Amino acid sequence: MRVALAAGRRPRTPAIIPGALPAFGLTLFWVGLLVLLPLAALAERPWENGAPWLLATLTTPRTLAALRLSFGCALCAAAVTTLLGLLLAWVLERVRPPGWRMLDALIDLPFALPTAVAGITLATLYAPTGWIGAPLAGLGFRIAGTPVGIGVALVFVGLPFVVRTVLPVLRDLPGELEEAAATLGARRGQIALRVLLPALFPALATGFGLAFARGVGEYGSVIFIAGNKPMVSEIAPLLIVIRLSEDDYAGAAGIGLLMLVTAALCLMLVTLLRRRLPAMRGVAG
Amino acid sequence: MSGALQTRSGIGTLSGLALTLAAWAVVTLLLILPVGILFAQALRQGLDAALTALSDDDVLAAIRLSALVVALVVPINTICGLFAAYALTKFDFPGRAALLVLIELPLSVSPVVAGLVWVLLFGRHGWFGPFLAAHGVRMVFTLPGILLATLFVTFPFVTRTVMPVMEAQGRQHEEAATMLGAGFVSLFWRVTLPETGAALVSGVLLCAARSLGEFGAVSVVSGHIPGLTETVPLRIEALYNGYETVAAFALAAVLAVASGLIVGMRGLIEWRRGRPAGESN
Amino acid sequence: MGFPRRRLLAAVPLCLAPVALPAALSVAAPGSALAQTALLNVSYDPTRELYKDVNARFAAFWSTQPGGGVVTVKTSHGGSGAQSRAVLDGLQADVVTLGIESDIDVLADKGLLAKDWAGRLPNHSVPYTSRIVFLVRHGNPKRLRDWSDLVQDGVQVITPNPKTSSGGRWSYIAAYLWALHQPGADEAKAEDYIARLYKHVPILDTGARGSTNTFVQRNEGDVLLAWEDEALLAAHDLGEGKFDVVYPSSSVIAEPPVAVVDSVAKEHGTEKVAEAYLRYLYSPDGQEIAAKHHYRPIDPQVAARHAAEFAPVKAYDVATIGGWRVLQQKHFAEGGVFDRIYSGGR
Repeated sequence: MRVALAAGRRPRTPAIIPGALPAFGLTLFWVGLLVLLPLAALAERPWENGAPWLLATLTTPRTLAALRLSFGCALCAAAVTTLLGLLLAWVLERVRPPGWRMLDALIDLPFALPTAVAGITLATLYAPTGWIGAPLAGLGFRIAGTPVGIGVALVFVGLPFVVRTVLPVLRDLPGELEEAAATLGARRGQIALRVLLPALFPALATGFGLAFARGVGEYGSVIFIAGNKPMVSEIAPLLIVIRLSEDDYAGAAGIGLLMLVTAALCLMLVTLLRRRLPAMRGVAG
Repeated sequence: MSGALQTRSGIGTLSGLALTLAAWAVVTLLLILPVGILFAQALRQGLDAALTALSDDDVLAAIRLSALVVALVVPINTICGLFAAYALTKFDFPGRAALLVLIELPLSVSPVVAGLVWVLLFGRHGWFGPFLAAHGVRMVFTLPGILLATLFVTFPFVTRTVMPVMEAQGRQHEEAATMLGAGFVSLFWRVTLPETGAALVSGVLLCAARSLGEFGAVSVVSGHIPGLTETVPLRIEALYNGYETVAAFALAAVLAVASGLIVGMRGLIEWRRGRPAGESN
Repeated sequence: MGFPRRRLLAAVPLCLAPVALPAALSVAAPGSALAQTALLNVSYDPTRELYKDVNARFAAFWSTQPGGGVVTVKTSHGGSGAQSRAVLDGLQADVVTLGIESDIDVLADKGLLAKDWAGRLPNHSVPYTSRIVFLVRHGNPKRLRDWSDLVQDGVQVITPNPKTSSGGRWSYIAAYLWALHQPGADEAKAEDYIARLYKHVPILDTGARGSTNTFVQRNEGDVLLAWEDEALLAAHDLGEGKFDVVYPSSSVIAEPPVAVVDSVAKEHGTEKVAEAYLRYLYSPDGQEIAAKHHYRPIDPQVAARHAAEFAPVKAYDVATIGGWRVLQQKHFAEGGVFDRIYSGGR
């Protein structure tokens, strides 16, 4: 009860709502056991051989390459996803071609396809003998087993994040704004740059952040298509699994901790952006 | 008027058409073809071969285990998630932001790390591993490990979908009911919960879909024993590595249909709620 | 009260559906009969096909035995080292059939089974043997005939990670033994050869099956250092006419051992059936199954029948250089030879 009184953000005197004890009790138990405790283990573990050892482990060429690949691919994929997501959201909201409802439903497909399933289908599709891989191989492009393949998988899993973040904002953006700008003599490019982009920017950035955060840690959909070649196409999560199977708990935890910290920073950034996005609070939570 | 200015007037201009074609091209290449190949590969040797592959003992055991995981994980995370949302929206307290970050953190943690943390706690070199092993309790490579990993990755879903609705409700109803003498249980059951309706269902479905399909986290803590600790996604991987392509794709198709139904149901609910399905996955 | 309870009532069944449905499914589904004995065999990576066959045949055999009964054997596969660690971590293996004796020694050291486990079954608990061979693309375009060819410029070698895979360790030792027996060679020169060899390895998968997939399915590399059984499987069953098996001038007698994990079997009450399962591997039936899956049988009669399928190759015995207790410590322990030569890529 006291907590409810302590921070009186609301000026009016509230009738105290009951249930603080059970609600907080269960919440803290749940968060403590399932999040805090395991994360504490993750934070403690890497240091057991000393900080210099950890630094050396995290800076071996192979680890650095894996981290660079995971972050690099996630960045590129998030950028591509943002562009494609904007295109899809735009078509869904502003063009509304016949069959847009079906298009809308299809966007959620990556949510529905479990990552391992997505992984083996993408690997089959983009393999040099696959439906898409074969024509591309004829042109001299190789997708499966290269960082491009990882990018494809990450775009796949990230796409709905961007569309679902941008779509509601675009919907709330009055079309008159664009028309007014046009009547005032603005050209198409100007409208896009000066009117739409600033309005959509927070949503696009949030979508980008979510797709990126998801992409950095993605495992199931990537390992089948990546080729898993050390220094070339081995992602950081796979390296964690390899370290673990080599019985190197501290090394595995070190990479895991580094990825967690980065992901948490991304999340904080997204949360900050979301605060600037009042229209989205209901959707993105 | 240019295409950029189309306001739902259909494909009136060339650029509108071009954009639509581009959108369909993206969706076809990225989304439709993978599903197409999934079924094409599953049925490559006919329906009979696919069905035979599915009636394998280990496949059935994997389906049972996945079902059990969903049945245990979803209620735990739903109840705790609801209470957390209640605590976070109905009370002001110091550290609220920190608690919110902690609840959302599992979303941005790599699935592999989500599995790893449990090995760090309960594995042979883990904090509690040796103690528990000495008392004959085994967490990793058994059902509890798989459950913990799945609980971790589906942790925030219910709270995230329910919280905005609870927040939008404000506290007046609760306050009014309290003044009328309602206790916590009746308040929660009769006032708070009913208003979360569709959002709650949506969160629960999301949680169910994810716990059904989780691969990375479970893969780290499972002992990969066919028939015992293999969930459906792990069985698919084992079949794929064992060169049993048809069986792998047939099982993958079943899994995709199951979680497709769950996500589709959620889309329908969100659509009827008047909001597009959230990005909270 | 005037609050909208109807919406909640509508939501309840929807919320319960994803719980009740699977719960019903997991309870109602048949197959979990309790009367039968279950045996867990924790094995290494390339034995998937072998033990699938053995498990089915043993179940049939055991039901006809006096004192036998209904038994289902499950097998778990992965890199031998990783599997051994999983057993240490609590994976409830009644029997282990691993790729290398040191992976069982580790378990014995921790007290999971008797230290003298190797002496409890014939042929120091090795029911079948294998060799390390080269698997190359059809026609051997890079003309890789012997170990010395592998370190030529532009040759890419695929082999699993010796830290986690027994096939990886046998391959390493086969190369090491060859180098050690070259004219004028000593340990330093052999280690130098190993270092050069692993510079040609672009991918280290954690298990032998992963490496085979890399080489066969993903078309990586020019040569796969593989168990003979895995190479013959790939050449005969996966891509007929796409691969050739090359026997180098020398190899190693690769001996994958088997053992009952006493502590677990005792707890499960499966000691008898577990031992019968392993002894079945030595029976003419078991030996035939092994031969069918390209493992070299130790039974002289069965071996004679299948002699044509296994090319003769000069193979060294690891006992000549101290055995696995010594080799494991020297080469594969933390900071050992492998760590040192591979630290650049680790």
